[in-house]
Amino acid sequence: MDNRFRQPRRPVGLYRPEFEHDSCGVGFVAHIKGHYSHSIIDDAYTVLRSMDHRGACGADENSGDGAGILTALPHQFLQRVVEEDIGARLPETGSYGAGTIFLPQVTEEREKCKQTVESIIADQGQTVIGWRAVPTCADEAGIGRTARLGEPYIEQLFIGAKSVVDRAAFERKLYLIQKQASHRLRSDPAMVQANMFYICSLSTRVMIYKGMLRTLQLMDYFPDLSAPDYTSHLAMVHSRFSTNTFPSWDRAQPGRFMAHNGEINTLRGNINWMRAREGMMHSTLYGSDLQSVFPVVEPDCSDSGNFDNVLEFLLMTGRTLQGAIMMMVPEAWQKHETMSRDKRAFYEFNSALMEPWDGPASIAFTDGRYIGALLDRNGLRPSRYYVTHDDRVIMASEVGVLPVAAENIKEKGRLQPGRMFLIDFEQGRLVPDEELKSEFSQKRPYQQWLEAGRIQLSDLVPGLDVPGLCSDTLLPRMKAFGYTAETLHFMLIPLITEGRDPVGSMGNDSALACLSDQPRMLYDYFKQLFAQVTNPAIDSIREEIVMSLACYVGPEHNLLEISDQHCSRLLIEHPILTNAEVSRLKRISQRDWKSREIDITFSESTGEEGLLAELKRICGEAEDAVDQGFQLLILSDRNAGPDRVAPSMLLASSTVHQHLVRTAKRTRVGLIIESGEPREVHHHCLLIGYGADAINPYLAYEALWQVSRDGGIDAAQFTDDEVVKSYRKGVAKGLFKVMGKMGISTLQSYKGAQIFEAVGLATDVVNYAFTDTASRVEGIGFDVLAQELFRRHELAYAENIDFQSSVLPNPGEFHWRAGGGKHGWDPQTIADVQQAARANDRTAYDRFSQQVNNEARGRYTLRGLMELKSSPRPVEISEVEPAADILRRFCTGAMSLGSISSEAHETLAIAMNRVGGKSNTGEGGESPERFKTQSNGDSKRSAIKQVASGRFGVTAWYLTNADELQIKISQGAKPGEGGELPGNKVDEQIARIRYSTPGVGLISPPPHHDIYSIEDLAQLIYDLKNANPLARVSVKLVSEVGVGTVAAGVVKAHADHILIAGDAGGTGASPLTSIKHAGLPWELGIAETHQTLVMNDLRSRVVLQTDGGMKTGRDVVIGALLGAEEIGFSTAPLITLGCIMMRKCHLNTCPVGIATQDPVLRKNFEGLPEHVVNYLFMVAEEARGYMAQLGIRTFNELIGRVDLLDTKEAVDHWKADGIDLSPVLMPALKPSADTGVFCQIEQDHGLDASLDKVQLLPMCKKALQTGDAVQIELPVANTNRTVGTTLSHEVVKKWGEQGLPDDTIVIRLAGSAGQSLGAWLANGVTIDLKGDANDYVGKGLSGGRIVVSPPAGTGFSAEDNIIVGNVCLYGATSGKAFFRGKAAERFCIRNSGAMAVVEGVGDHGCEYMTGGRVAVLGSVGRNFAAGMSGGIAYVWAPDRRSLKANCNLDMVGLENLSDFDLDELEEMIQLHHRYTGSDVGARLLSQGREPMKQQFVKVMPSDYKRFLEQAQSVSPGISARSPVSPQA
Amino acid sequence: MGKPTAFKEIVREVVPYRPPAERLHDFEEILTPGEDEHLQSQGSRCMDCGVPFCQSADGCPIDNLIPEWNDQVYQGNWRAALDRLHQTNNFPEFTGRVCPAPCEGACVLGIIEPAVTIKNIENAIVDRGFEEGWIVPKPPSTRTGKTVGIVGSGPAGLAAADQLNKAGHTVTVYERADRIGGLLMYGIPNMKLSKSVVDRRVDLLQAEGIEFLTGINVGQPEDYSAGHMVSIMTEGGIGMSQLDSRELVSRHDAVLLATGATVPRDLQIPGRELSGIHFAMDYLTRSTRSLLNYGHHRATELSAKDQRVIVVGGGDTGADCIGTALRHGCRSMINFELLSKPTDERTAGNPWPQWPLIYRTEYAHEESANRFGEDPRRFALLSTEFIDNGKGRVSGIKTIQVDWSQPSDNAPFSLVPGSDTIWDCDLVLLSLGFLGPEHGISDPLTQSTNIDDAKWLTYTDRSTYRAEHGSYATGMPGVYAAGDCRRGQSLVVWAINEGRGAARAMDIFLMGHSSLSLPD
Repeated sequence: MDNRFRQPRRPVGLYRPEFEHDSCGVGFVAHIKGHYSHSIIDDAYTVLRSMDHRGACGADENSGDGAGILTALPHQFLQRVVEEDIGARLPETGSYGAGTIFLPQVTEEREKCKQTVESIIADQGQTVIGWRAVPTCADEAGIGRTARLGEPYIEQLFIGAKSVVDRAAFERKLYLIQKQASHRLRSDPAMVQANMFYICSLSTRVMIYKGMLRTLQLMDYFPDLSAPDYTSHLAMVHSRFSTNTFPSWDRAQPGRFMAHNGEINTLRGNINWMRAREGMMHSTLYGSDLQSVFPVVEPDCSDSGNFDNVLEFLLMTGRTLQGAIMMMVPEAWQKHETMSRDKRAFYEFNSALMEPWDGPASIAFTDGRYIGALLDRNGLRPSRYYVTHDDRVIMASEVGVLPVAAENIKEKGRLQPGRMFLIDFEQGRLVPDEELKSEFSQKRPYQQWLEAGRIQLSDLVPGLDVPGLCSDTLLPRMKAFGYTAETLHFMLIPLITEGRDPVGSMGNDSALACLSDQPRMLYDYFKQLFAQVTNPAIDSIREEIVMSLACYVGPEHNLLEISDQHCSRLLIEHPILTNAEVSRLKRISQRDWKSREIDITFSESTGEEGLLAELKRICGEAEDAVDQGFQLLILSDRNAGPDRVAPSMLLASSTVHQHLVRTAKRTRVGLIIESGEPREVHHHCLLIGYGADAINPYLAYEALWQVSRDGGIDAAQFTDDEVVKSYRKGVAKGLFKVMGKMGISTLQSYKGAQIFEAVGLATDVVNYAFTDTASRVEGIGFDVLAQELFRRHELAYAENIDFQSSVLPNPGEFHWRAGGGKHGWDPQTIADVQQAARANDRTAYDRFSQQVNNEARGRYTLRGLMELKSSPRPVEISEVEPAADILRRFCTGAMSLGSISSEAHETLAIAMNRVGGKSNTGEGGESPERFKTQSNGDSKRSAIKQVASGRFGVTAWYLTNADELQIKISQGAKPGEGGELPGNKVDEQIARIRYSTPGVGLISPPPHHDIYSIEDLAQLIYDLKNANPLARVSVKLVSEVGVGTVAAGVVKAHADHILIAGDAGGTGASPLTSIKHAGLPWELGIAETHQTLVMNDLRSRVVLQTDGGMKTGRDVVIGALLGAEEIGFSTAPLITLGCIMMRKCHLNTCPVGIATQDPVLRKNFEGLPEHVVNYLFMVAEEARGYMAQLGIRTFNELIGRVDLLDTKEAVDHWKADGIDLSPVLMPALKPSADTGVFCQIEQDHGLDASLDKVQLLPMCKKALQTGDAVQIELPVANTNRTVGTTLSHEVVKKWGEQGLPDDTIVIRLAGSAGQSLGAWLANGVTIDLKGDANDYVGKGLSGGRIVVSPPAGTGFSAEDNIIVGNVCLYGATSGKAFFRGKAAERFCIRNSGAMAVVEGVGDHGCEYMTGGRVAVLGSVGRNFAAGMSGGIAYVWAPDRRSLKANCNLDMVGLENLSDFDLDELEEMIQLHHRYTGSDVGARLLSQGREPMKQQFVKVMPSDYKRFLEQAQSVSPGISARSPVSPQA
Repeated sequence: MGKPTAFKEIVREVVPYRPPAERLHDFEEILTPGEDEHLQSQGSRCMDCGVPFCQSADGCPIDNLIPEWNDQVYQGNWRAALDRLHQTNNFPEFTGRVCPAPCEGACVLGIIEPAVTIKNIENAIVDRGFEEGWIVPKPPSTRTGKTVGIVGSGPAGLAAADQLNKAGHTVTVYERADRIGGLLMYGIPNMKLSKSVVDRRVDLLQAEGIEFLTGINVGQPEDYSAGHMVSIMTEGGIGMSQLDSRELVSRHDAVLLATGATVPRDLQIPGRELSGIHFAMDYLTRSTRSLLNYGHHRATELSAKDQRVIVVGGGDTGADCIGTALRHGCRSMINFELLSKPTDERTAGNPWPQWPLIYRTEYAHEESANRFGEDPRRFALLSTEFIDNGKGRVSGIKTIQVDWSQPSDNAPFSLVPGSDTIWDCDLVLLSLGFLGPEHGISDPLTQSTNIDDAKWLTYTDRSTYRAEHGSYATGMPGVYAAGDCRRGQSLVVWAINEGRGAARAMDIFLMGHSSLSLPD
């Protein structure tokens, strides 16, 4: 076996194994009464196979990512095979344990493993009954090459119970055996295949079969499963979609007690906190054996594996399965006002014990006695279930995975956010969530315990003297802590005046901190990580109901017990403390609590060399304080001054945190920060992300107080108290945003989660102070950190008092300043490139490129440190591929019409069309007039049509008119964030193409609400491919550690093209925190992606592009050498058109008419297509020059040739010396010699098998050609996805935007439709489904009609049951939809023009809606109408109070219906009744108008209302009556 | 910062000069004091650019923190504005009055609208500072014990003196004229830069501990021509003392030469020897001395009263000659310019942010037009001969028209045949620019005889002292050069740039390090 390609467990090049993600389909079938049968296994297998599309395979299509099944222990079967195979007899159920174990293939190693396990069993006083080799049929199952590389030897182990009191005690013994064996064997350096050893299960109740299989291979591979006597009352199945395809059998699921579809975002923190807690754990059940279980969390596991580890541990140490899960994944209780007091108290109590494991999740769990499932707090995964009359439950990520006769269905439901679904086999019933939780919450007097136990800041004795403003010493202190003029101007003042993290525009083009000549704050060396593809970012503003900052801090107690003591902790509601609060904490005496203040400053005379010793001193003092029983540590730098230097608080606090985690003492103490250093949101994020519990940023307050006194802000409004209040409010918003970016909703789980990547920090610094943080290019060590510190100190307290300047320095970090930090765009480069482009002036271009490329100047980027080697055999430039060919590889970046003016947008499009490159619409649609070619041959059509989270103007027609469809997952300037187009930029034209209302602001959500995971992305790619089979589908990602792994998953999701954007990318508006501190340079991203894809043999299936601050031909060549086939430019072309980097795009005041919609300013636009063309030609020519020098003739030969790059021989920079680019320049490891390193193979999208291709298109051939009506009847299954979309594409291709007359094509379907039913359904197409449907019904609906109703003979009442899944009608622009039944979460979000009637919706209904009409004839879930800026919803709400509680009233008002409204509603209900035969509809109509008026409430967006009123006063013709947006 | 939309709403309005008809009767400053409200609203036009080109290489040579102080002015925080202004500029009251303001030429707003009135705002900030008494002497708290000698008290010498004094060195400034200020004192006429403004600053520097010595001619004594500064001083009864250059160098730990580019470019055509032909500096110096000594109550040694005046050369100095002659009461005024009349807008070869080479009407042109009904300038004229009135005095100039669109073999222009003209005049003022520094002071430092036998000062091809911008060190250890004597004739603001830079270099030379700030 070739061991080279086992899963890399250590970093290789830029690849880091811990960033592997997976995501999946999960489901189970169970008999509620606990009846065993073999059919359960078969049914579960059917479920699994029906979710094949949720799994994935790699380059080798026979190697799946993993599939598995968990069943009850099949006693009968085992008895038989044990006797047959090994001649042993099994004792009765419960008195033996059995398990499936992966073992090394190498015989000696396998024997060693077995002997070790046996000796452990003996130590634990149990008996070995025997080992049975599990029969496997790799050939018959057709296992692929990759999977075979890692295939373990699989055996079953049987252990007999001996001298144990009961079954539970025996289970605990089995757990000990399992943990000890794993600890001992998996890390055994003496074995080559040590990590093949893996215990899938070892239990008296359950049995697991799994492997690196495709779903279809599972049964064939394990013949055991087909044995008729293999019976069970439950079967849980899982199909895995991993981003990578390295052989990893052990990562297949189910885990030992659970299967997980989702991702834990807070993993690093969760692991650290578990480790830290081990020091306080003791268990009466295990006694001294407990130590041998540690570490609870095993290394080398996936996030699901880690979760499983902890769940198992809690279970084995005495908790119940459901109790443990409720603690690990609590509901969003903090802001849940209608939740019962007891339940809140229960959750609050649990929060004092453990932080949530946060992230999107659908978790199915079982211990044999119970089986259940639970959804994360925000409902980010689909889970649907059927309960049948014959006592079966079928739960899965999709409906329709197991055919069930309509009359057998008792109930159709879905898991709801935070809710648990549980079957108790002993009681033989489904336990409702309410009952379950009320039982748990009433078990103990939690409320009472909390009231008595928790300590609140307000309870504490006020401090003696609360420090205030000290003006006299303020300025030098500010300088010592690195304050600049920009800190105040860009950060602090706007933070309080605007009450949010300040906004800026354009990209970050200043030097990386590790390459900057300025002394930089340690914070600048860290980049925020963010969610992309494998999990969604959270909209912390619109979905604030799930966010929370409150945390319990201070000593935890033994996790393995529950007592009133456990909540005797300090409750901190907001992590930013006032001066008064911190002085209270200093004097704390409640319940014998004591705090210890540690002065982190040190004497200036100690010098730079003293830094490390001082950190050790601080750690020592901290540990001593913990040992002496102090409950709070207060790290303070208040003593900083002329003689006392304050080391970075981040360094000090993280070091202390890591030290206490390592010594397992961290949970015995609270860590409070009192520091002059932190002031920006990013600073607070880092401090908390590296373990601080609360922060008192006293200097930030003082600085603002002084500004107020100096008249910089209105002193009357901003009193000292108000300053603090506003500051805390702004920071809270900012924290939420940064947490949301990563998909984390509670500060408690963000704390210590270390969601950052360091750029330019040396390994010794990272290992010591920021353990386990990714830092891939090395960098500065403690010596430079100390130098920077002392430089700042000197600046503040210069020896010569005459040089203590009276103003703060302005280093030009945000805006360029003469003598300040370097920027990619400075006056000279801008002036030169404009001259070059306008006059086609090669000399000016040479000046420009020389300056940019010049080593000294170039050193603000990583590529500045690289050198192109000169070939010993250069070629003549005439032999190099012509510039015109290279230009075809150039694209302009996604800039929406809205962020830039139509003049600029169209000029770019014309220019790119002239040179054969591609321009990009950006998010915001495109006017159909631009699709026509102009008389002079120019075209304003953007070849790339972007599909972003707002889906503005994304219609069937728009998608059809594209050469490339780009899914924007993230954007370099603001990865993980959505966008907002302020109302003043939404003029008539923009509103028209975005299907919205002029003057009404628009919101793009942070996530695509149809992509919460990798398999969702695969689905969207499939949708788009159906919507335009000729366009290539591209996915835009942003560089961060792990992006290569994500990209591998994206290739497996069948993207044709991937764009890796760098952090320097621009934006029309984004929080400065994001512009500056999120995302990483493209050099790292593209190199990592190329390396990872080649390693996975996926590179040859995808075109890679990179962008983010590209300027010159040298950039282009380096991009290619690091792995890119195509290059994107954005800012540079804008500059050739006149942009002068005003950074005012967000203010709509761009003076040169580019980033503005102001008609007056747009007249100033003087750019011409020629300018862009001239520039790009010169770039290409420059690139050709380098190619000649490298001896390379064609562009494809450049790709991935890192061997042609060299780190500069003489890196002469005080900081850059430590940078090590060798991981970037490591040639990609090829699995075989012929592995392709650029795109050579077309993706197989499987379109040929689609229902549209196979059935609908042939049947509609005539209708398409002539417009004749056609009626079609077909069965449908959940595997028929995206039905009607390709048909719609053909309709608009032939008939244009307006499609066909209504009902020209009528498709009647029966069954459970797969995801994306009727996506972008065009005018003239009707789908009428009898049955139910999965997620995304009517996504992007473009004029068609969709009707879904239960079939005749249904045995349940339609209105009480779920009929369509999540995120239906997302981004619909026109058309109608009628659903007889309830829709799940996020119904009609971002609807801009469709009319929809439904009989109830889940949480977040009508979110971000901008137009259209929605009638909900039943209840709505929480957070209804959040961010809704247009359209109208009529909601049935006889109880207005509950609607009010469930509505997010930030942007909408609740009104009574007018007569006009009533007409409209009545008409909608009539249609609904006519199409679906709805009982509810009939009932409502029969009641008459007055009751209808009483029972319905009109949900009306305030801005929209204002617009309608204004419009009506101007032109009475426009009224709220029009069911679609007024312009359409 | 600023008001984001102000540039759309408010038009550029400069602080006005006094009306020509009024100001022509005196030598008082032409600039009126700005109104606070006006300046605040003009300040609000500043767009707080992401890349402020006013600070670029095409903009302010001393990197004034223009966006910062514009914003402070807009907000009415004059004191804070002053703090920021003094960060980079030792003498904003000089540049605020006399700088042609390259910052405004590079102003980003200039792309679409007339630029921000940066210069007015600068001037107003510093005037306000003096008015309010915010600018007071701040002698250094400690002295280093090092002494520095600076030769020349023009803007470069003064800027260096100010900086070096701040650093605690003991500074002595040597000036050959009777008053401190160099070009600021005698080169620029009073109406443009009031001498009281210069004195105000000099007094402040003196109060901070700088020693100023006047009437000291450093270098070898020579035969000075009639219009030379030394001759003017001697004629005026100023007792000059001579100081040997090497003596000076040995007296101090470091020396800065900031002697300016005082050798004027001559016009060697037939008739040059006639009387009534003077260099501009000769004329301006005498005029200012007369004003300061006698308030013009006494006829000056060289007055244009009742004369028909021709100024040859169209630069700032030429304009100053015009303004001065008008005030003297000249009978007529003509100004020759060799170049063609500039266009009203930028040409393609002169794109933003370069200094716009466009047709501008300076104060003196406006005044001349006011007095005589027409602009005095005549473009594309080459003087070919001075005409003798028969008594050895000039009575006219013969010129020929040149054509810049047709270069010839030996010139970038050709002569227009038959375009000869004779212009009558009684007084000719030559304002053709300057060649470089005088070498009387430096020649003794150029050859080896003594002084540690180290290295020596050398000249460039253009006759300036050889020293790199940034290091300012001449070949001779401890001897530095800055300002026009090093870079050739230039702007006051460049002199400040060089003075500051040289001071920092000298501080490092003296102390091994420096806390003085530095323009780029």
